[in-house]
Amino acid sequence: MTLNRLIKLTLSILFVVLFSSKSFAAGSNIENLKVDWSFAGITGKFDRSSLQRGYQVYKEVCASCHSMQYLSFRNLGEKGGPEFSEEEVKAIAAGYEVNDGPNSDGEMFTRPGRASDKFVKPYPNVNAAMAANGGAYPPDLSVIVKARSGGANYIYSLLMGYEEKPADFVLDEGVYYNKYMEGNKIKMPAPLSDDLIEYSDGTKASLDQLSKDVTTFLTWAAEPHLEARHKTGTKVIIYLILLATLVYFSMKKIWLRVDSEK
Amino acid sequence: MSDHNYVPESKVGKWFNDRLPLLSLGAHLREYPTPKNLNYWWTFGGILTFCLITQIVTGIVLAMHYVAHADLAFESVEKIMRDVNYGWLIRYIHSNGASMFFLAVYIHIFRSLFYGSYKSPRELIWIIGMIIYILMMAAAFMGYVLPWGQMSFWGATVITNLFSAIPLVGESIVTWLWGGYSVDNPTLNRFFSLHYLIPFLILGLVVLHIWALHVPGNNNPVGIDIKKPSKDTVPFHPYITVKDIFALLMFMIIFAGFVFFSPNVLGHSDNYIPANPMVTPAHIVPEWYLLPFYAILRSVPDKLGGVLLMFGALFVLIILPWLDTSKIRSAVFRPLYRQFFWILVIDVLALGYLGAMPAEGTYLFLARVSTVYYFLHFLVILPVLGFLEKTDPLPASISEPVLTGGLSTSAAKSDDIK
Repeated sequence: MTLNRLIKLTLSILFVVLFSSKSFAAGSNIENLKVDWSFAGITGKFDRSSLQRGYQVYKEVCASCHSMQYLSFRNLGEKGGPEFSEEEVKAIAAGYEVNDGPNSDGEMFTRPGRASDKFVKPYPNVNAAMAANGGAYPPDLSVIVKARSGGANYIYSLLMGYEEKPADFVLDEGVYYNKYMEGNKIKMPAPLSDDLIEYSDGTKASLDQLSKDVTTFLTWAAEPHLEARHKTGTKVIIYLILLATLVYFSMKKIWLRVDSEK
Repeated sequence: MSDHNYVPESKVGKWFNDRLPLLSLGAHLREYPTPKNLNYWWTFGGILTFCLITQIVTGIVLAMHYVAHADLAFESVEKIMRDVNYGWLIRYIHSNGASMFFLAVYIHIFRSLFYGSYKSPRELIWIIGMIIYILMMAAAFMGYVLPWGQMSFWGATVITNLFSAIPLVGESIVTWLWGGYSVDNPTLNRFFSLHYLIPFLILGLVVLHIWALHVPGNNNPVGIDIKKPSKDTVPFHPYITVKDIFALLMFMIIFAGFVFFSPNVLGHSDNYIPANPMVTPAHIVPEWYLLPFYAILRSVPDKLGGVLLMFGALFVLIILPWLDTSKIRSAVFRPLYRQFFWILVIDVLALGYLGAMPAEGTYLFLARVSTVYYFLHFLVILPVLGFLEKTDPLPASISEPVLTGGLSTSAAKSDDIK
């Protein structure tokens, strides 16, 4: 019996180790900064104004190197996102020149963007992007939050993680030191700094604020239906619990016939 | 088996049933005498049926939107997630459904191991089940390739490369599997085709699995043969159906928890990076449900040896009914086997954990110990135990332990004295 108990104890410890262990996430050896995100948790929602500011950061800073090829301008006006008004979305789209064609003469042409257009890429192709960035491809940001272990916290940490390199750390030309990057070497220079841009809503654009806002925006971009998912999920689980309760009592009643038999 | 003489009440029903006895089948399924002492570990058969149907239904819908092409697959998945109405829900149900399916199948398999459900006369049920399990792994592996992310690509490369270990023809077989000289568009296309096919093979085998089950009837926690129908049995409907539905709802709550609140926790973040043949991920790991086999594979320094041992790990399961020499089914009456059962559970969990760790140093050593123990359990301990173990006395019928309220062992003993 004692052996049995010992085995069961080992088993439960193993379970705890398996499921709490961070070791599954092979990443850098340092803990990410933790932010109390508004979108975390069962009822988590995006902070609308943070999403709008985050888009501004992407547009004015990130977009010069990073594409977001799976997003369209219309997404910016959709429910659960930054929810810009229809006019604002049209105006944002119209601010870009989009390649289109061929027209009836067989010529390609450019025209002002429409809400239905995809985000305009900074480079025509991967090779052009690499050539312009010292051989490193600035990754597409559409799903970047889901494509990095640590998710939003990691992206935020990375943006905050630029520091003076330790004295004995060797860096090549065009490589920067980042506390949270795997191997601490990153080819992207620190993209954000205090008051880098002026927020249109007047919020103070500290490095922390900029990082939080753009991370929120990128989280939405990777998971545009997050709010709908949380809302539906809550309803589904409440429904399942109610149904399970009813079925439980039906089951008890039905089985009473068997259990009461001699 | 209870009533071959079912006669439908209506004339139309009788006319139909004389020509195609579907109504008799329905009556059989309704009346099917089931041991009344089945516990909740027995509800996973129904849960697995639900999982299979869910995967097939969501999979068919996903296939309407998915594009099986190396240049378009990743994008089409993103389109499903963004633009298809409730596409995110369908895809998350499908991707988490695979994990839930395996969670349920592992519980189902270990239940069978604990209660000796694989023993005579149920060997064929067990073997069909094992074939289903192997097909499930094939389907899951190929399904994981379809989004064409980094883990898709490199997982496919690693796993298909295993076949190159076969002497002489290995390389040719791998080229044949790939449809080229590397994992590429032809590979993706055939994997999609096979991924669509396998679930229907599984469905067919599930019918055989249940058919074979309905010949001897269910095993039960006491593991003894019972008369059917008798005081020890209840009709499948409503007793078992209502219990299965209750258990299924509990299972669905956990399932929904994953789908709605952490849909990506069981996947690997690298699979949201589009496949890139030029960049190898730092750690290539399969999905969690394949990790024990991955640990066994990597614990052998020789490639061919590793592959053989990995398939060997499945093979010992298939021949399990003949490796276990004990005539007593349920571990409840096998004090020694019971302990070894739990050690095996720990061993398999340890293998799963070690499969996710880098194959070096202490991890590798532990993986080797766990691998050796795995085979020791099936090839040495089980055959020997049947001869050495002094089992507890069995009850004459299951009514005894049920009526004394769960104290099955003591009830069994008093029954023996009588």
